[in-house]
Amino acid sequence: MRDRLVYLLAAVAAGLLMWNIYKIFMVLPVEANVGAYKIVYFHVPAAFTAFSGFFVALAASALFLATGDLKYDSFAAGVTEVALAFATVNLVTGSIWGRFAWGIWWTWDARLTSMLTCWLMYAGYMMLRRAIEEPTQRARLSAVLSIFGCVNVGFVYKSIEWYRTQHPSPVLSIREGGGMGPGMEAPIYWNWLAFACFATVLIMVRMRQEQVSREIDSLRREAHAF
Amino acid sequence: MLLRSALTIAAKDLRSELRTKEALNASLAFSIVILVLFSFAFDPGSEEIMEFSGGLLWLVYSFAGALVLNRSFAREKDNDCLDALVSSPAPIGALFLGKALANWALLLAVELVSLAAFGLFYNVRFIAQFWPILMVMALATWAMTVIGTMFSALTVNLRLRELMLPILVYPFLIPALMAAMLLTTDLLAGMSIWGNDSIWVRVLVAFDFVFTALAVVFIDVVLVG
Repeated sequence: MRDRLVYLLAAVAAGLLMWNIYKIFMVLPVEANVGAYKIVYFHVPAAFTAFSGFFVALAASALFLATGDLKYDSFAAGVTEVALAFATVNLVTGSIWGRFAWGIWWTWDARLTSMLTCWLMYAGYMMLRRAIEEPTQRARLSAVLSIFGCVNVGFVYKSIEWYRTQHPSPVLSIREGGGMGPGMEAPIYWNWLAFACFATVLIMVRMRQEQVSREIDSLRREAHAF
Repeated sequence: MLLRSALTIAAKDLRSELRTKEALNASLAFSIVILVLFSFAFDPGSEEIMEFSGGLLWLVYSFAGALVLNRSFAREKDNDCLDALVSSPAPIGALFLGKALANWALLLAVELVSLAAFGLFYNVRFIAQFWPILMVMALATWAMTVIGTMFSALTVNLRLRELMLPILVYPFLIPALMAAMLLTTDLLAGMSIWGNDSIWVRVLVAFDFVFTALAVVFIDVVLVG
């Protein structure tokens, strides 16, 4: 059942991605004066997916602490890992775009800095998980860290925004001052959907891996006990 | 009950630290060394030092802080003192608050000494703005100790404790350190922090408040399970 769901979602993600790529590169106009602007259709959805992942990880961590069910812990671990991967995609695509638009690979602008800070925070989470061997202790401590991290995302985001801003001002119409040309904004959301499906597939595969590794672990312990 | 137990634990920690002076001496010496090293990183006599003096100071403080915070729970590992503390009638929240208070006092002391050394070495005058600087130091140091003490508890049983703590603590402290650096730089340049800067004071207060509450709630999960 679960296998089928994974394949189905993977197929949906692949179909959506192909359709989006066709629309982005074939249908949307080329605007010479905005440089490689089409990368925004991958850059922004990656950031959305990453941040949604961090929030879902918060919920999963809270659920683990409330129920003590290790299922939620492997879910939180999977979500965080995948979100971290999408955050990396966001940073890399942003850097490539910056090279074209600003002529530099990196600048200490607000959103770059806050994304990097979040990346470092969650990389710390992954390292903490690696450093603890006992599964329930690992689950407990990393759940607390995940909750702290998600709360801190708010602080990081707001305070760095007040500190410095060079990034293009809000692009999407959901925020004040944003808005792109007609028909230009929809692919961002469609691609977000595609990325979210893809992320879900990755998370499900990762969760099963975690589950299997726990089973192997307990079998090994049983074998040692004899 | 909570407050009284917290104060008892803070007094115990301070007493044992003042008798051995392990972390205190190390972090003081360390901060002086960093201050000396900074003199090679840029021209110490130049005017532009004013522009990043806040940043320098807070780098020194946060490096020195890691030394103090690392010891906070680690020193209770010997003879299973941590188990004894956890099983004592004092609430776990009080254990956390007491340790955080002791760390806060120790760090503030180290910071005051290095502030004086900084003023002396780099000819930075801070006396006129001493009280606002002390306020910023008190607020930002509390942010540092809350996060640091919490993560010190989180990593106390890890093999790689000394390595993990800075990796976890520094990215978390970025909002607080950023606010502190900004405020301190402005204060050292003789500006007031109640105009445009007051938002950073509010960031610090909010950071302190939110993470103290979270830590007191979750310390139970971390230490007891």
